[in-house]
Amino acid sequence: MPTFYGTQVSSRLMLGTAQYPSPSVLAEAFRRSGAGIATVSLRREAAGGGAGQSFWDLIRDLGVPVLPNTAGCHSVREAVTTAQMAREMFGTDWIKLEVIGHADTLQPDPFGLVEAARILSDDGFKVFPYTTQDGILAGRLLDAGCEVLMPWGAPIGTGLGLNDLYGLRTLRAQFPDVPMVIDAGLGLPSQAAAAMELGFDAVLLNTAVAKAGDPAAMAEGFARGLEAGRLAYEADPMEPRDMAAPSTPVLGLAVLE
Amino acid sequence: MSVDATILGAGVAGLATAHELTARGLSVRLIDPAGGPGAHHCSWWAGGMLAPECEGETAEPQVVRLGRDAARWWEAAGAQVTHAGSLVLALGRDRRELDRFARRTERHETLDRAGIAALEPDLSERFDRALHFPTEAHLSPRDALAALRAGLAGKGVEILPEAPHEGRLIDCRGLAARDRLPDLRGVRGEMAVLRTSEVALSRPVRLLHPRHPLYIVPRGGGIHMLGATQIEGDSRGPATLRSVVELLNAAYALHPAFAEAEVLELGADARPAFPDNLPRVVAQDDRIHVNGLFRHGFLMAPALARAVAGQLTGQPTPEVTP
Repeated sequence: MPTFYGTQVSSRLMLGTAQYPSPSVLAEAFRRSGAGIATVSLRREAAGGGAGQSFWDLIRDLGVPVLPNTAGCHSVREAVTTAQMAREMFGTDWIKLEVIGHADTLQPDPFGLVEAARILSDDGFKVFPYTTQDGILAGRLLDAGCEVLMPWGAPIGTGLGLNDLYGLRTLRAQFPDVPMVIDAGLGLPSQAAAAMELGFDAVLLNTAVAKAGDPAAMAEGFARGLEAGRLAYEADPMEPRDMAAPSTPVLGLAVLE
Repeated sequence: MSVDATILGAGVAGLATAHELTARGLSVRLIDPAGGPGAHHCSWWAGGMLAPECEGETAEPQVVRLGRDAARWWEAAGAQVTHAGSLVLALGRDRRELDRFARRTERHETLDRAGIAALEPDLSERFDRALHFPTEAHLSPRDALAALRAGLAGKGVEILPEAPHEGRLIDCRGLAARDRLPDLRGVRGEMAVLRTSEVALSRPVRLLHPRHPLYIVPRGGGIHMLGATQIEGDSRGPATLRSVVELLNAAYALHPAFAEAEVLELGADARPAFPDNLPRVVAQDDRIHVNGLFRHGFLMAPALARAVAGQLTGQPTPEVTP
């Protein structure tokens, strides 16, 4: 199982906690999938300071580490402030850093992301940056102090899967020792399996599970997809080839008249 | 005269329960320190859609089944109910949301542009596909609460700021009952009321959107209620700019003429909900709780009121009792 900032997690599945039909359904999705980390959006639930306490109690009751995020933050300052609030509220120095560059595509703002990652790392945070498949940006984030990368599969909430296979494969090859989590854009377990087959360490999703007709069943489906993909990765898959290759020898067959 | 039941709280749950009990010949005492229906009750801010089918998209099947009787109950209780169905729409890039919504709900038909024009002429220019739920209805929450209150007053039941508890105690205090129901939580909702003469809707319209779903309920006279955000938290403070921007923006997307509408009101409150977002009738110590109506106050209050009446008259209704 992957290790993030020295902490080994219990599953390759990380689940968001928004948009479920009810907290009970959310808890059932965690139970059935064995998801190892819960992400929580502070920005949206923090209306009125202390509000939302009972929802956070429900999240704590899930019994998995909480990874607060800065979802919905569009500037460095907003993201940094939100991270500081999250640290206080959840008593963790983990933060999933989102600095959104465009309101419609929800694409990360790479420049703001690096700046915020540096500020937070210097302040003792363990930063999980939501980034793209760009290798140069990844290098800058590592320079800024990040020890985990969270490249997107596709824009948030689209369910399109792994949009840029070449880019993701290159990123994985470029930083083979950095734990990487495919964050955002997944819609189906087969896409999560594909991420595992590429050698990524975990996936983070929310909408694909929360908006499914049966969120708990979908969460379990993702857990199994991840298991299948990871097994395949570790099993050293065959190389694809162009010409057919019979699996039984052609020579030496008995000739029956 | 002896009192059969004392009801705490004069929001939609308390008033509906009081109505149902008096209708069955029981005598009730109704207590609310804040007085009659008003801004301190979260039902004051409700949309008033009696839309069990649409709620079935995310709610448990019980809500759909029990909610199907709500419109009839409200009418019998003296509220003015409009039976005009409801309409569900999506903007261009969210059109596939309509397919998902249709798969998860029942009793709907698909309309094309001409079908939309026949129901809501103002929308047919912008939309060429909609789901129509002809069996659904809506009411004006504040008028409906006033109708219940007037009906009770007619039977000599006034809302008292305080009084001794007599008979069975029915606790309908909503979120305030958290002192006795620890798993009750608040889910904040924000709404806006607009007035325009340029758009006239005849029925509730839902606009599907992955991030900012919206419903608009016409109140007549060009007045339209916009709702509602759904934010985990028990803050009851004023609506935030972000929420208002999202609501108004969605209304503008539904029809640009809303841009010229007057904003009559912005409101916010916290709905009481249990972890499964289902309402409950809970017997506890000296009382029966009616709580957790979540976003289904007007839809669920009739069924809960009947369940309480059933318990008091010896005919329990098991499906809303955990």
